[in-house]
Amino acid sequence: MAHFEKANSIGEWFDQRLATKTLERVLAKEYWIPKDINFLWAMGMVLAITFGILLVSGIFLLMYYQPNVDTAFDSVNYTIMQEVGFGWLWRHVHAVAASVVFLIIYIHMFTGIYYGSYKKGREIIWVSGMLLFVAFSAEAFSGYMLPWGQMSYWAGMVITNLFSMGSLEMNGVVEWIRGDYVPGQAFLTRFFMLHVLLIPVAILALIGIHFGALRIPHVNNQNGEELDYEVEAEKYKSGNKAASKVIAFANDFMSKDMFVVAVYLIFFFYLTFWNYSFAMDPVNFDPADGLKTPAHIYPEWYFLWSYEILRPFSKDIGLLAFAFAQVIFVLLPWLDRSPNAVPASRRGLFKYWFWIMLANMIVLTTMGKLPPEGINNTIGLVSALLFIGQWLALPFVTMFEKKV
Amino acid sequence: MKEFIVLGVVVFFSVLTYWLVEPFAHGQMHKHVDSHQFQYADLPAVTKQGDATAGKDLVMGAGACSGCHSIEADGVPAMMEPDMAAASYGVNPPDLSNAGAIYDAKFLTDLIKNPAHALKVEHKFDPASGAMHPMVPFYGAGGDMDQEVADMVAYLQSIAVKPSEVTSKMAFENACGRCHAMKYANWTQMGETPNFKYKKDALRYEARVLDYQDSLKKYMGKLPPDLSMYTRSRNHHFLSTFIEDPQVHLAGTAMPRVGVTADGADKVLTYLEEIGDPSKANGDRDRIGMYVMIFSLIFAIFAYLWKREIWKDLH
Ligand code: HEC
Ligand code: HEC
Ligand code: HEM
Repeated sequence: MAHFEKANSIGEWFDQRLATKTLERVLAKEYWIPKDINFLWAMGMVLAITFGILLVSGIFLLMYYQPNVDTAFDSVNYTIMQEVGFGWLWRHVHAVAASVVFLIIYIHMFTGIYYGSYKKGREIIWVSGMLLFVAFSAEAFSGYMLPWGQMSYWAGMVITNLFSMGSLEMNGVVEWIRGDYVPGQAFLTRFFMLHVLLIPVAILALIGIHFGALRIPHVNNQNGEELDYEVEAEKYKSGNKAASKVIAFANDFMSKDMFVVAVYLIFFFYLTFWNYSFAMDPVNFDPADGLKTPAHIYPEWYFLWSYEILRPFSKDIGLLAFAFAQVIFVLLPWLDRSPNAVPASRRGLFKYWFWIMLANMIVLTTMGKLPPEGINNTIGLVSALLFIGQWLALPFVTMFEKKV
Repeated sequence: MKEFIVLGVVVFFSVLTYWLVEPFAHGQMHKHVDSHQFQYADLPAVTKQGDATAGKDLVMGAGACSGCHSIEADGVPAMMEPDMAAASYGVNPPDLSNAGAIYDAKFLTDLIKNPAHALKVEHKFDPASGAMHPMVPFYGAGGDMDQEVADMVAYLQSIAVKPSEVTSKMAFENACGRCHAMKYANWTQMGETPNFKYKKDALRYEARVLDYQDSLKKYMGKLPPDLSMYTRSRNHHFLSTFIEDPQVHLAGTAMPRVGVTADGADKVLTYLEEIGDPSKANGDRDRIGMYVMIFSLIFAIFAYLWKREIWKDLH
């Protein structure tokens, strides 16, 4: 038994047992963040808040949702939307947050790519971030099954079909995933489990890893400047805050984050109340009908670019291209051969690589939604090839970059 | 300032993406159909002034309307229960009490003379091939036929409530309710489902609804969909132009052009919204939205002040 003195305050009592003062120092008061950053560095906090919103609204929905093929649609569209007080509000909040979270994820990702924040010690941050992207994708997809509307059913059908691996015709795997020949009760209940238990737990764990991975390399800054944290921290602690190139996580960084979060919430609630159809597809308000294929089947907007990489090719090549697109971002820290972790604007050819990648992914996103006919097919094919080509070219584009 | 340029870039790409996948893509996916404000320009103009008293005699007599339709406002009960009527005609002929207020006069005039033409279902009912529309056309009572028709329309208008008194529920039940169920309004093609004390009565009633739907399926080729959620699954413009003329959206469809007035169509759409999305229809969404916006704004102001306070020493 260790020796404990009698505590003189509640704070001290906890400190003796949990080392709260040390934690506060390491995680907040002396967790140094560069001063030279812009609002894009608040996107992580915006994501954490959005996840919190999803969690809370999801718990409220969970109290009335019924994972049964006969009652799911009505439990959402009637019970929650009409009978439960403010049920409609929670549902709109949940659905809009599920869509907007991807907008923020993409901004967050492209910020990382632009500023080179994925290498020189930051590889684990990047990889855990990509795993979060995958987990959120799975979370969103499984959630989309739950209202059991036409898009739930048909998107469930199309996406699970991909696991037959094209010409390998592994239909057994598809049936194993569905628990049936077609999406039905077994399918709905297991996606319900994934959506409310397994994937959220995985997300929480990944968020922990992601945050933990940030502590040692610190976040990057607007100029890619390498800071001597010891020296800068000393300046800060000696009271010369203005001259120091670092600020404390709390409350310096937090106070700015909270302002960005507040502005974001204005935007978020505007969408929730007045402009939500981008997040709640009208087609999904038709109940699931296995005998009636919708005129246009398309995924939610955030999956469109990878869907379009699948679509313009023949079955097997399309699947390979799709698989490539799913994993390739994870490898970015190793495909980028340059010694620089500075903004793209200071990096020669990579600058063009970045903007072309961004523009091309918007083109792919658009084409993924348009009906696959006429000129759309050609544009889609060219864009998909460009996407793959850009990734293959990345090592060569960055190899000859001079150290800045 | 640099931060604003960065913000500008982020906003630009986000808005561009939004515009491309929403307004632009949907514009490409769905056929564009213009509304004609429920003018029914293809139907001949009404030339005669009708006389309601003469019209009443025709409706009850030579016109034979009351042989198939109830007119409860004037004491004419239904000849048959809805499911039996559906078994005879394919669908239960609607009560005509308020037809004069809900349907367009030009449309009614044409409907009486040639139902399949007014309803735009001539592709299904071609007298030459023996497929007759279940509503028999009025062939005239011996006088000036146009005058007789105008009299009947005048009569229907005289017994109906004033158009401004038509409620959204009435509009839906009259114009759509014989074909479309509306689960969230407790409505089937048989009407509002009563509460039963005994389960066997409820089951008997349900069986009759199924019989009705079978007749309707035979008549229409398919069961018309439940409209509970159509206010969310289709946009307002689609629904409005679809009611005006289903054929321009779904060429060859069995759904008739119902011939409601512009006001009647508006009321039907209001009803769909009241049933399918009540928090929008009753203004809750706008109201609570405003409160939340005001709250967020105040939160943002305080967040800004806090930031300024803390960053005072950092610059
Ligand atoms: C033989 C039976 C029969 C007779 C006679 C008849 N109707 Fe009908 N009527 C019907 C049926 C059946 C329908 C429903 C048709 C449908 O929905 O396809 C109908 C529909 C209607 C409608 C609704 C049309 C719409 O746009 O939804 C009106 C109004 C109407 N009838 C008025 C009249 C009037 C006025 C007369 C007398 C001149 C008349 N009907 C005579 C059987 C009849
Ligand atoms: C005489 C029967 C009948 C009446 C009356 C009727 N409908 Fe329909 N309706 C149908 C049928 C049949 C279909 C299925 C059409 C198809 O798929 O070809 C349909 C389909 C629809 C659809 C779905 C269109 C789509 O995009 O698939 C809507 C919306 C609709 N009706 C609205 C209305 C409204 C609103 C009214 C009243 C103003 C109305 N209907 C009156 C028979 C009717
Ligand atoms: C642990 C947290 C969560 C819980 C308990 C939860 C719970 C639920 C429930 C019960 C539903 C069905 C009701 C409905 O459809 O509105 C649902 C729907 C949905 N969820 Fe979640 N959810 C959680 C997190 C998330 C996250 C993180 C995402 C996405 C990134 C997400 C995306 C969705 C989507 C897209 C729908 C369908 C929305 C709709 O169309 O109505 N959810 N969720």
